[in-house]
Amino acid sequence: MEQLLNIFIILPGLGLLLSLLIKNEREDLLSRVAFYTAGLSFISILSFSIYGFSHGFTPVNLKEVVLYSSKEYEFVIDFYFDKITATYLFTGAFLTFLITIYSRYYLHRENGYKRFFNTILFFFLGFNLTVLSGNFETLFIGWEILGISSFLLIAFYRDRYMPVRNAVKVFSVYRIGDVGILLAMWASHHLWHENITFSKLYNAELVHEHLSGHTWVGVFISLMILIAAAVKSAQLPFSSWLPRAMEGPTSSSAIFYGSLSVHFGVFLLLRTMPFWEQQTSVRILIGTLGVLTAIVATLIARVQSSMKSQIAYASISQIGIIFLEISLGLDNLALVHFVGNAGLRTYQLLVSPSAVSYLIREQFYHFEPRHWEMEDSFPRKLEYTLYWLSVKEFYLDVMVNKLIFDPLKVIGKKLGFLSLKNVFYYIIPLYAVGVIAMYNEASIPEYIHQKIPIVLSFIGLTFVLKSFTERKSPGFAWLLIVLNHLFVALAISFNEHFSFSEVAWYLSGVMVCGGLGYFILNTLKKQEPAYFDLNTYYGHVYEYPLLAVVFLLACLGLAGFPITPTFIGEDLIFSHIHENQFLLAFFNSLAYIMGGISIIRLYARVFLGPHIKTYHETPYKSS
Amino acid sequence: MNQIKFDEHECLHELKHFLPAQSPLKDFIHHNTLHAFQDEKFHEALAKATQIFGYKTYLSLDEYRQAYHQGRISQKALQNAMQLRDAEGKNIHLNTLVHQDFDANVHPRIGRLRSVWKDIYHMNMDKYTHPTIFRLLSNYLDQGISVHHFPVLKEGFIASLRQIEKNSYISMFKSERAKLLFERSDLDISYLLSLLVGDPKLYFNYLFDQQFAHPGWSGMVAVLEDQIDSLYDKRSIQLKEIIQLELLLELDALDSKFGHEWAPLNTRLPFGFDDLFKPVIRTKLSEVLAIWQEAYEWSYYETVLAGIKNNITRKQTESNGFKAFFCIDDRECSFRRHLETLDSSIDTYGTPGFFNVEFFFQPQDGKFHTKVCPAPVQPKYLIKETSIQSGVVKDPHMSKHTHSLISGFVISQTLGFWSALKLFFNIFKPGVSPATSYSFRHMDKLGQLSIEFDPSNPNQDGLQIGFTHKEMADRVEGLLKSTGIIQLNNTLVYAVGHGASSVNNTHYAGYDCGACSGRPGSVNARVISYMANHPAVRQILQQRGLHIADDVQFIGALHDTTRDEIEFYDIDKLSEAQSKEHQKHAELFKQALDNNAKERSRRFILTNTKNNATKVHERVKLRSVSLFEPRPELNHATNTLCIIGRRQLTKDLFLDRRAFLNSYDYRLDEDGRYLLGILNAAAPVCGGINLEYYFSRTDNYKLGAGTKLPHNVMGLIGVANGTDGDLRTGLPWQMVEVHEPMRLLCVVEQIPEKLLEILSRQSNTEAWFKKEWIHLVALNPINQKFYQYRDGAFIEYGTKGETPYLKDLMRYVESQSDNIEVSLIN
Repeated sequence: MEQLLNIFIILPGLGLLLSLLIKNEREDLLSRVAFYTAGLSFISILSFSIYGFSHGFTPVNLKEVVLYSSKEYEFVIDFYFDKITATYLFTGAFLTFLITIYSRYYLHRENGYKRFFNTILFFFLGFNLTVLSGNFETLFIGWEILGISSFLLIAFYRDRYMPVRNAVKVFSVYRIGDVGILLAMWASHHLWHENITFSKLYNAELVHEHLSGHTWVGVFISLMILIAAAVKSAQLPFSSWLPRAMEGPTSSSAIFYGSLSVHFGVFLLLRTMPFWEQQTSVRILIGTLGVLTAIVATLIARVQSSMKSQIAYASISQIGIIFLEISLGLDNLALVHFVGNAGLRTYQLLVSPSAVSYLIREQFYHFEPRHWEMEDSFPRKLEYTLYWLSVKEFYLDVMVNKLIFDPLKVIGKKLGFLSLKNVFYYIIPLYAVGVIAMYNEASIPEYIHQKIPIVLSFIGLTFVLKSFTERKSPGFAWLLIVLNHLFVALAISFNEHFSFSEVAWYLSGVMVCGGLGYFILNTLKKQEPAYFDLNTYYGHVYEYPLLAVVFLLACLGLAGFPITPTFIGEDLIFSHIHENQFLLAFFNSLAYIMGGISIIRLYARVFLGPHIKTYHETPYKSS
Repeated sequence: MNQIKFDEHECLHELKHFLPAQSPLKDFIHHNTLHAFQDEKFHEALAKATQIFGYKTYLSLDEYRQAYHQGRISQKALQNAMQLRDAEGKNIHLNTLVHQDFDANVHPRIGRLRSVWKDIYHMNMDKYTHPTIFRLLSNYLDQGISVHHFPVLKEGFIASLRQIEKNSYISMFKSERAKLLFERSDLDISYLLSLLVGDPKLYFNYLFDQQFAHPGWSGMVAVLEDQIDSLYDKRSIQLKEIIQLELLLELDALDSKFGHEWAPLNTRLPFGFDDLFKPVIRTKLSEVLAIWQEAYEWSYYETVLAGIKNNITRKQTESNGFKAFFCIDDRECSFRRHLETLDSSIDTYGTPGFFNVEFFFQPQDGKFHTKVCPAPVQPKYLIKETSIQSGVVKDPHMSKHTHSLISGFVISQTLGFWSALKLFFNIFKPGVSPATSYSFRHMDKLGQLSIEFDPSNPNQDGLQIGFTHKEMADRVEGLLKSTGIIQLNNTLVYAVGHGASSVNNTHYAGYDCGACSGRPGSVNARVISYMANHPAVRQILQQRGLHIADDVQFIGALHDTTRDEIEFYDIDKLSEAQSKEHQKHAELFKQALDNNAKERSRRFILTNTKNNATKVHERVKLRSVSLFEPRPELNHATNTLCIIGRRQLTKDLFLDRRAFLNSYDYRLDEDGRYLLGILNAAAPVCGGINLEYYFSRTDNYKLGAGTKLPHNVMGLIGVANGTDGDLRTGLPWQMVEVHEPMRLLCVVEQIPEKLLEILSRQSNTEAWFKKEWIHLVALNPINQKFYQYRDGAFIEYGTKGETPYLKDLMRYVESQSDNIEVSLIN
């Protein structure tokens, strides 16, 4: 029976592939594929759970596929199944099943019917993969799929400005969480000297043994996990992305942001619980974060006058409580709370349009005029201050921007001198020098040699930041990301002896996708010279849908998405960064994350948003 | 308008005129989306709207050409349209129409001035100001979503904001200057503009640009400023106030970004600026589109007129069955046809669905009264319901407790599981729930209505409770005579109002009866029946030459157009014989409704039309209560005709639910009084519905509400996309996608000269036709020829077309999901 675990990956994977092959006009077939995919998954998890209960519930670890293996490094797809997995799989399959039926009618004749079901199935695949993952590597693949499918669903109405802007925004915030996972992975490589499986974490002695003497590594890993969890579950200070994500069709908002996606932080904490359970400081931190979020989100929810944002904040506040429950060790309660909250919010979002007739009717029969003077027991000043803070969502958005994105933008903007020309004249020769130096490593003095990887990876990072703030040339912004990868490869080559085949793993995807993407950008530039920069959204997908799809694939490849070997290469690279090279790890992960954001920004600006040409209906920017 | 001095009052007035005039959702009423342009001729107005505001007002050239190649635009209609343009001296060749390439890109004047912020100052102004303004407005106007309410003061929006600002530790503004201005000044708009824009010549354009960057919210405020009663929880607000706030926020944004190192907009203008409303020069493309549109419309009208002509020459049947009044609504067109098909002796009549009784209605336990007559009418009467059953139903999912911390904790762990199950059941077995907006819930059928005026309890809230006998008689007389009745013997007469049911439908009010201000017509149907059954009333009517025999009984009823159900009122008052008769009729109604549902289902792709009518009807009913169904019914989609005349013109003529049918007998209307009344109501109501559908279809983004799937309810008054969007006005895509944008063709059975004279009595009504927002054709009952109204005169319109005969309609509809051509049936 255990060997059948992969059915939860195969089913959605197959469904996704099939749905990609079906034409947009075949609504019936498309929705049927989704229906059967989710339905069969649901039946499977039902039988699994029944089997599990009747045979005494023992967690299962399954080493599925070894994707890469060398002397000191192994990349394994690993599955793990326990009550947490079961609960999540069950809830996920049940709600996805309902939503596919719901959407079959709801999206009838909607533009992008196929796109919708593709994305739902893609999401479902990512969901199952994450939930089933038995190690960080597998989890990260699922995590990345969730990020991209989220982006695609928020930007579902890609010809409007707000959904596209919000999709980029949410994607950017998600990437902050990804840094957390990346660094947690890196640190745990060094802590365990292997790609640790979650099942081993349940061996309390083993955990204890490794953590003693490495307390800071333990705390660091826990912190990184907490950041990732806080981002995905919209806890402080990241909460404001959740209401902004409600731009797609209501059914997708309900399943993604009402129920499944937003509970991934909870999942991550539950999954890694044995690791941080013994660290009291971490538990206090998680509990405090949860309580603070619960309070702040409730305050914000109370002043919302729109249905969806009200439900979003109410949900966040419940997740805050779930964080508290987890920190108290009440994992079963947390699971129950998760299922209840997911069901409630999904349903509330789905019936939210009914609020108009329902609440107006209620008002018609029960209205009592309000008297403002008697309204509160708080001192008025405090009340108004809180009111205003809540209206402004406690300035959380501003805070995240100021703390994280603005400094990066400032660096990027300082690099205004970089241009295609000087990159060509200076950077390429510099790179050549670097390569030659690498082959003559022996002659470089030790104290210089040590610094070289850091310098190189910093140069790579600056390219990414420049790319992130570039406003003129999409092609240049694209090349900068490619260059970054080259510099990273070189930097790591200095760090450790890195075999040619490893470099090839890493750069193969980058080069192919980089070349393809550059070619597409060039083609588009020739066709639309007047509408080609990064100053605004151009919406070229309206006239070039095919280019847009292929370019999206190139973007995913270049961003290290698990569709090319680069993804494994990324992980390999991280395994070559030493435990004490925090700066190098930091630069590298930052470049990885910002590179992803920059690429998505580029894709969005060139291909999405209101079409620049107005020979057809175009929406208001504010709509 | 090209003034040097800025006239704030005039500017605000103009803004209000051009902003969308859509009431809060509960009072959704159809109106001409481009009402602001209605003082111009149709095509000129459309060209102007495009060039100034960037609205798309026609189908695309490709769509017309495709229709032409498919034969949906006829040669004859195209030739006629071209000749008409020729007569105006604008000669356009066929080749141009069919082949020439045009640059269809639109570069509207609106928004250009304010784009300087982004282009020159590199500042995304709207990103700073919009979220705050939308949120504050939504919170201020909120009717019952938020838990913690906005601290509202009677003095208005700005005054309330000042109250918060004054009493808070955190300021709304980032810069000192904005803070001081808000606290200390009277926020003079000209002064704020002088800081931001500099040159008074530009103020007018600037404010238009600014407000049209979010026409939804601005329009809502403009409407509420004048109609404070459209909110139950009243709010005082003015357009002026949001302009003041927005200007101040703009100033704040600039100050906090640039400090004091910025100069007003006029110092950095890259180009010269024209007045927004400078006369528009029509492009050749606009001429071409106008010709196509005319041809497109007349290709269809031709088949309608031919159909009427071919129909009136057929043999007419004797009428001795029961009689039934229906609303003129296009959705009743097919219901009447099915009834008559089942029993050709039945007489049906069309009249606006408030049945000529205008009043406010207050149900049991209701805290307010709702108007149930056409929106422009101001009734002086109140009808109160007394009932043992209250109209309130509860759903814990809508409870605000789910949003608070502790009760949310409890609820999510308990109710949450129930929710998932509930969702499961709603998907597999939908049913009426508290969330459903259900037409039969409008009034308790067992309740009592205060129809009779009681001198001991005459008034409430300045309204007279009930009607006196004379007042009743006036209304019954008006109803009967205007529809062509002066005598009734030995029959049951049904007054069938209509309403709609749906769930998850924010625009529910637009589905109910337009003649009852977006409410179901059940109370009206019951009230008029009561009046017509009243012996004292009948006595008065007898004196006025209207004979209603004692064996005649009126029965009120409500037809649910979504579910195709009917409910009869006060049938316990029938005599035994009448009751027996009624049983038979009720069976007939039921059959007709099954057939009606089956005919409607042909447009519902996911419903199998081929099943038998009863089965299809069950599916249709499920649609109305399914959460996932964005099209519970198609409402007025495809409407394009308004026929005012005797039923003989259209009985046994298949018009595919596209016609508003108003019964009228020219022989009983010597002085034209009744026709004038009908036209005064039909032009704005039917014309408004038709044009709202027209424009929501041609530009669903700017004039319509876009797809409804991502809509989010804001403050119970409107919908927006996502969380930070502007309010969306007009109709959602799902309501209009099958609609063919054509103007209304109004056919009136009356002598043309007399019709001209009647029209000249009311210039507002005449303007609808004169300015070509509605087409008018007179059918001269003397010689049975058609006369087309153009530029204030009638010209004979010859039609020689054949009309196909449809043998088995119910079979035919099974295979057709598009519009079906006008055909003879039965």
